[in-house]
Order: sequence, then C-alpha cells, then structure tokens
Amino acid sequence: MSGKLQPLRESHVLLGHGSGGKMSAELVQSVFLPAFHNPVLAALNDQAVVTVEGARLAFTTDSFVVSPPFFPGGDIGCLAVNGTVNDLVVGGAVPICLSASFIVEEGFPVADLRRVAQSMAAAAEAAGVQIVTGDTKVVERGAADGLFITTAGVGLVPAGRDLGPHRIQPGDLILCSGTVGDHGVAILSLRNGLQFDVPIESDSAALGGLVEAMLAAGGEGIHAMRDPTRGGVAASLNEWAMATGTQIVVEEAAIPLRDEVRAVCELLGIDPLNVANEGKLLAAVAPDVAEAVLAAMRTHPLGRQAAVVGEVRAGEAGTVFLRTQVGGTRPLEYPSGEQLPRIC
Amino acid sequence: MQYLDEFRRSDYARGLAAAIREEAQKLARPVRIMELCGGHTHSIYKYAVDTFLPENVRLIHGPGCPVCVTPRGRVAAAIALAHRPGVILASFGDMLRVPGDKGSLLQARARGADVRMVYSPLDALQLARQNPDRQVVFFAIGFETTAPTHAMAVLRAQREGIRNFFLLTNLVTMPPAVRAILDSEELALDAFIGPGHACAISGTIPYQFVAEEYRRPVVVSGFEPLDLLQSVLMVLRQLVRGEARVEIQYKRLVRPEGNPIARQRIDQVFEPVTVEWRGLGMLPMSGLRLRPEYAHMDADRVFPDAVSRRLEDPKACECGSILRGAKAPWECRVFGTACTPENPIGACMVSPEGACAAYYRYGSRLREGA
Repeated sequence: MSGKLQPLRESHVLLGHGSGGKMSAELVQSVFLPAFHNPVLAALNDQAVVTVEGARLAFTTDSFVVSPPFFPGGDIGCLAVNGTVNDLVVGGAVPICLSASFIVEEGFPVADLRRVAQSMAAAAEAAGVQIVTGDTKVVERGAADGLFITTAGVGLVPAGRDLGPHRIQPGDLILCSGTVGDHGVAILSLRNGLQFDVPIESDSAALGGLVEAMLAAGGEGIHAMRDPTRGGVAASLNEWAMATGTQIVVEEAAIPLRDEVRAVCELLGIDPLNVANEGKLLAAVAPDVAEAVLAAMRTHPLGRQAAVVGEVRAGEAGTVFLRTQVGGTRPLEYPSGEQLPRIC
Repeated sequence: MQYLDEFRRSDYARGLAAAIREEAQKLARPVRIMELCGGHTHSIYKYAVDTFLPENVRLIHGPGCPVCVTPRGRVAAAIALAHRPGVILASFGDMLRVPGDKGSLLQARARGADVRMVYSPLDALQLARQNPDRQVVFFAIGFETTAPTHAMAVLRAQREGIRNFFLLTNLVTMPPAVRAILDSEELALDAFIGPGHACAISGTIPYQFVAEEYRRPVVVSGFEPLDLLQSVLMVLRQLVRGEARVEIQYKRLVRPEGNPIARQRIDQVFEPVTVEWRGLGMLPMSGLRLRPEYAHMDADRVFPDAVSRRLEDPKACECGSILRGAKAPWECRVFGTACTPENPIGACMVSPEGACAAYYRYGSRLREGA
C-alpha cells in the first residue's frame, strides 16, 4: 500500500520532492515524464540505453548539492564523478567519458574549487574515465550555496549484456556489497557535531571494478544491479518490487551495518535502510550463481563485507518485507518526505 | 551492540511470546491494553511486536504522540508567526509537517517563511544567539520527557540575557489525559503500558490513581521489543490474578520517585494550565505554560496574534477517535487514501509515533503476504 504513487498535490516544490523517495517519484511522474515522454525515459532506470548504429550507449546525469562540500571520506567532487560512473556501471556499461558543469556562488574560495577539481581528477582516473567537456556558471552571492556540480556520463554496454529490473524473477537472491548507510551518516554526523573515536567516513567509490568481477563470476545469472543512493536500500528495493511486480523479503540481521552507523541511526531515530550510500550496490542474482558471485565480491576491496540480504518471491506484487532482528515481519516502506536534504 | 542486541534477541522474544500465550489462555475474556506513549506505538510496529501476541490480547494506541495531540489551532498560530516579518520559527521536524488550516509549516517555508528544523530547544536558542536582529520562536511541544530541556533553554536564555528567544508552548502532561480516557464512556480498556521516558522524569506516583481509583494495572515499559513483550506479560499476570498495581518494567531507567532535579527545573520555569488536546478537548491543568517571571519569552503573551483560535479537525479526519483509542487507524475513512504521510490530513499520519503513520508504514494487514 505505501508504495503506490499519488498525483502531485502541492502547489510549491517542497524539500521532500528531492528526497529520492516517493515524493521525488511523484514529482517526476507528474511534471517531467508527461513533458518529455518517450520509451527510453519511461523505463526510469539509473541510465538510459540508446542504440546507435548497432552499439548500445548508456547515458546518465546527476547533480550534486551536498552540504558541507568537504566531509570525511570524500567531497562533492569525487561524489560527482563516482555517482555518475556508478549509474553507468550498475547497468553493465563500461564508462567512456564524463562532462562536468559547475554552478559557483560568488565568493567561493578558489583554493576550495581547485581542491574539488583535483579530487574529481583523481576519482576519474581511479574509475578509468576522463572528464572531456564542461561548463562554469557563477551566480551572485545567495543565489546558490557554495558549489553545485552536475555531471553526465556516457558508456558502452558490451554485446550480450542485459541487466535491468525486467530480468528480476522470483527465486533471485538479493546481494548487498557492503555496509549500508555510511555516506548519509557521515554527512549527518558532521552536521550534528557527533564525534567518534574514528570518524564515520563516506563510502564514496566507483563500482566499475566490482561490477566487472561480479559479471565475470556470475555472467547472465546476474539479473539487475542498483546503487542505493538517496532513499537508500529501502527505496531501491521498493522500486524493483514495483517495477517487476514481485515481492522482496529482506533479512534485517543479514544487512551489513557498521556499529557507529547503527548507533547514530538509533540516536537520531532514522532507519539505515533509508540512508544514502555512494559506493555500494545491490544485485538480484539467480540462486545457482549466488555463491560464486558472492565469493568474487568478497575478494574485491569494495565487496569484502558483501552478503545475501534477501530474496525475490512471487508474493503480493510490489511489496517489500523486512524480517526484523527480533523475529517479526513488517513492510519495508518506500521512504517518503524530507529525509535528509542535500546528502549528495 | 550493547543495549540494542540483547533487547532484540529473537530467542528471548519467542520465549516471552510463549509465556504470553500461556498466560493469555487463563484470561476469562479478550483484553485491551493501551500503550500510552507514542514511542511504544512506533516500536510495536517497527519491530512487529503485535505479531507475537495471541488473538485475545489487543494493543490500543493512546494519546502519547506529542505532535498528534497538538491542536490545529496551535499549528495555525505557529504558521501565522512564521509569516511575521523578522521571525524565525523553529521546531522539531515532525511538527513542520502537520497541516493547520492553511497547509503546514514546511509549505509555509516553501512560500517564503523562515522555518527551521532543529533537534532541541537549545539549538533554537543558538539560532537566537546567532541572529540577534531576528525574533526566534521555538514551537515547543512534548510531554514530561522534553519539558526539562525546554526549561533549561529558558533558564539559559534568562541567564545570558537573550531577548529575542520565545517559546510557543504546547507542552502537556500525561496523567490528566489518562484520566480523561478512563472517564470516557466509549472505551473499554483493561490495562495500560505506561510511558517509560515520561516516568523517568515524573516518577510513577502520578499514575497511582489508575490502579487505586480505576482498578487498572499499569506497567511502565521500555522501548525495545523485549521490553514491550515483558510488559505485556506483566500486565497479563496482574489481570489473571485480578490485581491492579503500578509496576516498573523499565527498571534500568525509571524510579518510582522519578528525577527530582529535572522536576524542580520544570516547576521553576512552568506552571500548570488548562489546554486543548486534539481528540480529547480541553483538559484541566494538563499543560505547562511559562511562569509570569518568564512572560517576556512567552509567544502567546508577546505576539497577540499567536493566541490560538480553536480550529475544528477536518470532517473526514478521525484523529480524535484514534487518539482516544476508540478507533483503529484503518477504521478511518481517509486512512491511506486521501490521508498519507506525504499529504496528511490529520496529525496522526505525520509523526512516526502517530498511530496512523506507524500503521501505514509498518501495518500488519500487509504482513499476511510474507
């Protein structure tokens, strides 16, 4: 029930419309889809795949408004590169190149801009892509907050690869590549002045290497992948369940979670499954390859804590359930409303 | 993790559930237990505690969600203040989502009002320090649990001579609401699960009348799933034996005498006052307002336009019946259709402690599928 989208009722945009959950989906469905309608967009995947003279090009874009722009484990620059790279690679695409556009507020320190640019260069190099075009706009003080970055990316989907929600089927196992909620909680802790002996770091990372290792081990048995950014694991799984008409059941105790992240979430009353990740992926894989894929993930530095966290069932279509640690079962809701503004 | 994992162990939960079933078999008739605290309502749904209970033991959700019991007139007053030039209106996140007669504080912010989300009244006080040329109004809601923090903010503002910090209060105390519920005729309740954190401040003596005058057991409970299951078991044992006592399950935090220092701070800053509760109406001496020596921080006295009008709840909304425990969320005609967490009509659909929002998110009707 809580997954169903409703028509947009608000007369003005609210922060919740940028949360990555249900309100965001309602805004997109009510405003952008009708205006731009075409079959490629309507698939609403992380990346659009268009066929050009026989080659399948993957294309994606993402904006970054994170506040503050520098945080433990990363900054707005590496986030902007890794986020767009990840949107390509979870569709099975090999990234080719990126664009980067900057909206800078008057008065932003050039030293900080340089630091961001260097971070982007390092992230691009690590991901094996180049930033080949860009744009810069400066707006008067107060018209933006510091620095906003938009990146776009183009990749090539190798012949024979077909990843996406359309391939998810009952019986598939859901794999999670590592601890959830690290990025969102790192930003939140910083904003709330929560101190730990070891600071919680963002997990910002490019996932291309991990994806290729998984595909080498699991081949066609890997049906779909997502990077659970805004809205977290809960949003990604609900979107899968709705798109495929399946039911997904998740085991709370199996979800990798750092103690510090869990502590902050308990303290602030938030669910780590709703919190943004920037270097993790979820995969729906056929049960016969799950063990091999999991083993491949665990040998990769970005997948050491990978785990099977749930399964796809033929039950009530479009629903996600959580088996709680204490042994009850309840719906895992599609996050809605203003969760954590400007988390990425 | 300490204090989390040991209170969520599934083997213990199964053991408690078995003991509850055994005790419940001795009951002469089905029983209805009201959990008074919204935190309990949230935990019950979040951990699916109700799915451990047998058919003849039903949990009824009480008036313990501070956002939910705040009447619409107060929300309208906060929105009117937020639109006043020079005012920064601060409150807890959930309060910003509650609709008044003209939208919510979040919608007021989207239309240009300066509305800030804070985690504590002390954060609002900090806003006042940082913005000496603005009037910072904190929309203060809550039960005994948060009253000491509000008192601290007022005392600090006084000590530092901060002149631009104000409270729009909707602070309430639980015992008068419990009496009102017990006096209402529409409801048959057999026992109460008492509010753990409110009792950590107030102690359990203010709940003695429930056992003595109304012959209903009260078990003051913690918030983890095992706490709640153990509390249900303690309630059932009293009911089976025909007892009515105030017991403390949440012994790691609650003492019968409560926290005298915190109560002294509350008494120093606030005085009891008759206030309106959504769903329960005007309840005598059930609220807290600033004492005369702090009147210069009282938004009701400083900004005459903040004085609440009484606003009726929308006709379709049944928050009132739900807050009294007379109706379950799914019995409301607009539940989940016209009223959702994204577009709430009533306050019970806003806060995660509200019965409707908790049920909408984690509701048990959907559990059958899993």
